[in-house]
Amino acid sequence: MTEPLLSIRDLRTWFHTDAGLARAVDGVSFDVGARETVGVVGESGCGKSVTALSILRLIQPPGRIEQGSRILFEERDLLALDERAIRRIRGNRIAMVFQEPMTALNPVFTVGDQIGEVARVHARMSRRESRQRAIEMLNLVGIPAPAQRADEYPHQLSGGMRQRVVIAMALVMSPALVIADEPTTALDVTIQAQILELLGGLQERLGTSILLITHDLGVVAEAASRVLVMYAGQIAEEAPVRELFANPRHPYTEGLLHAMPRLAQARDRLAVIPGTVPAPTDWPSGCRFRDRCPYAWERCEREQPPLYRIGAAHTSRCHLADEPERRAHKHPPLVVQQGADA
Amino acid sequence: MLVAAWLAVVGVFAGVCTLLARPGLIPSPNASPWRTILDRITRDRLALVGLAFLVTLYFAAAIAPWIAPYEYRVQLDIVELKHQAPTLAHPFGTDQYSRDVLSRVLHGARVSLSVALLSVLLAISIGTAYGGIAGFAGGRLDGIMMRLIDALLALPRILILIAVLALWGGVSLPALVILLGLTGWFGVSRLVRAQVLATRGQDFVVAARALGASPLRLFLRHVLPQAMSPVIVAATLGVGNVIMLEAGLSYLGIGVPQPRPSWGNIIQDGAEYISTQWWVTLFPGLAIVLTVMAFNVVGDALRDAMDPRQVDGR
Repeated sequence: MTEPLLSIRDLRTWFHTDAGLARAVDGVSFDVGARETVGVVGESGCGKSVTALSILRLIQPPGRIEQGSRILFEERDLLALDERAIRRIRGNRIAMVFQEPMTALNPVFTVGDQIGEVARVHARMSRRESRQRAIEMLNLVGIPAPAQRADEYPHQLSGGMRQRVVIAMALVMSPALVIADEPTTALDVTIQAQILELLGGLQERLGTSILLITHDLGVVAEAASRVLVMYAGQIAEEAPVRELFANPRHPYTEGLLHAMPRLAQARDRLAVIPGTVPAPTDWPSGCRFRDRCPYAWERCEREQPPLYRIGAAHTSRCHLADEPERRAHKHPPLVVQQGADA
Repeated sequence: MLVAAWLAVVGVFAGVCTLLARPGLIPSPNASPWRTILDRITRDRLALVGLAFLVTLYFAAAIAPWIAPYEYRVQLDIVELKHQAPTLAHPFGTDQYSRDVLSRVLHGARVSLSVALLSVLLAISIGTAYGGIAGFAGGRLDGIMMRLIDALLALPRILILIAVLALWGGVSLPALVILLGLTGWFGVSRLVRAQVLATRGQDFVVAARALGASPLRLFLRHVLPQAMSPVIVAATLGVGNVIMLEAGLSYLGIGVPQPRPSWGNIIQDGAEYISTQWWVTLFPGLAIVLTVMAFNVVGDALRDAMDPRQVDGR
């Protein structure tokens, strides 16, 4: 691959709160190539969304992107740009699709007006031109009767339609990168599939890259070519999508895969990963997953695992890569043991 | 001429009533937020009557010179026509200077209504700007600006006004409007600030920022309009309030300067004779009560109609 489109190195976004320092994103590095779809998965609170917001520098105080973090996009360091310059990137070269189509649209303006706003901001279009552009965009995202729909208000549209509008807004300027933060989570399953299909189709047509953030491995399997599994503000595992599903190396990834409902395997109950993500104000020492891990041993407490290289494009932040024989010693994780004691 | 003008007033009342009662008659292609609010208000009968009353009143005040049967300051016949009880020729009677009370109440409506409307407009403009800036800027600036409001709110408005007007002595009408406006915006600024704070963190504002909107655009287009409904409600209720305030000040003789009539100083004219010549105080008093009531009823209905939590069959 040539130069990646987006290259993030050692991103640390910390929140300096009254409750203490919350290291929401703590040393994340990854690349997104041109025309590539990269999935980011993980539970709530593992830092996916903060990573996404950091790329566009949308972090508000008390959050801060720490010194030493680097976000290279089209060979420019986004963290070094001034406010005007980053505004010219937002919505123009990098656009974002938000989770809740209910709330991501302003209730007091028509959807055509809001889609057109992006063109008015970045291309200095007149109202008339921008309306024309909005109608084209509505057509592009598969909304029937776009000229009428353009004059409707968000509350008049269904959830799926609204998400199409949000996607249309993101694509007005044909950005090089679209960051989609849980774009299908708030939608019905059938609509989810349609939206994913739409995103995939548009990506092929427009040649954009997509950073797809989701907690749903099914979505990733369908749409992404490469997957990052995030846990506790760090990358736990990174692999091409097939490789990850066939050969997960990190116990957290294993847990996520087991927790996926599957039609073929009739099981009474869905497997779950016991416990929850620890609070970002006090990540455990050593391996951050160790309390919930069925393989954890002394080394996991002592020593924070590095990202071990497993294959050409496969890395895993787990000492199992170093001591594979430990796989034989499976035991109930610490949180379960403690739960039994109590 | 006089008859035609009065027919126009009645016509406006009837027209407004029918238009409001059947909202379909007002063309609006789309379910815009304003349309939804209008639809909701028209379901409230009392508010409908109040709104129609206010529209008619403003219309009547606007054309007062054409519908008033006499000049408001002409002393018709100081010997024969003073202290006249209501008759057909003088439906509201005459005062101690033999002036026609109906004509004075109509002209008084002009003054009272425009003083109230303009000063409230001034107040909400200042309040919206101040509260908007405080809420949007946040942090230390917000803290300083809001402590100042706390201090200003601790001073009773009527006392400030009485003190300033008494010291100043005989202010002009524009000065009165400005004074009323300058003392009326503190509460509004708090309302706006609270609303702006709540809106600032909303998804669509973050989304607009993510799409490259500048802070000014975010503020004017995405944040401030969301604060408009509480402001409109506060303004509507505020107009009623200021009408009473102005009446009170004029009654004390430090509001609207004589001989220009306002509802307050007509009452003052009649106060001396209230036990025998009740009509001079009753009619302007009724005008105040009805108008303030109408503003309150409409304000309450607007509050309900603009409540975003209210869901109807849309």
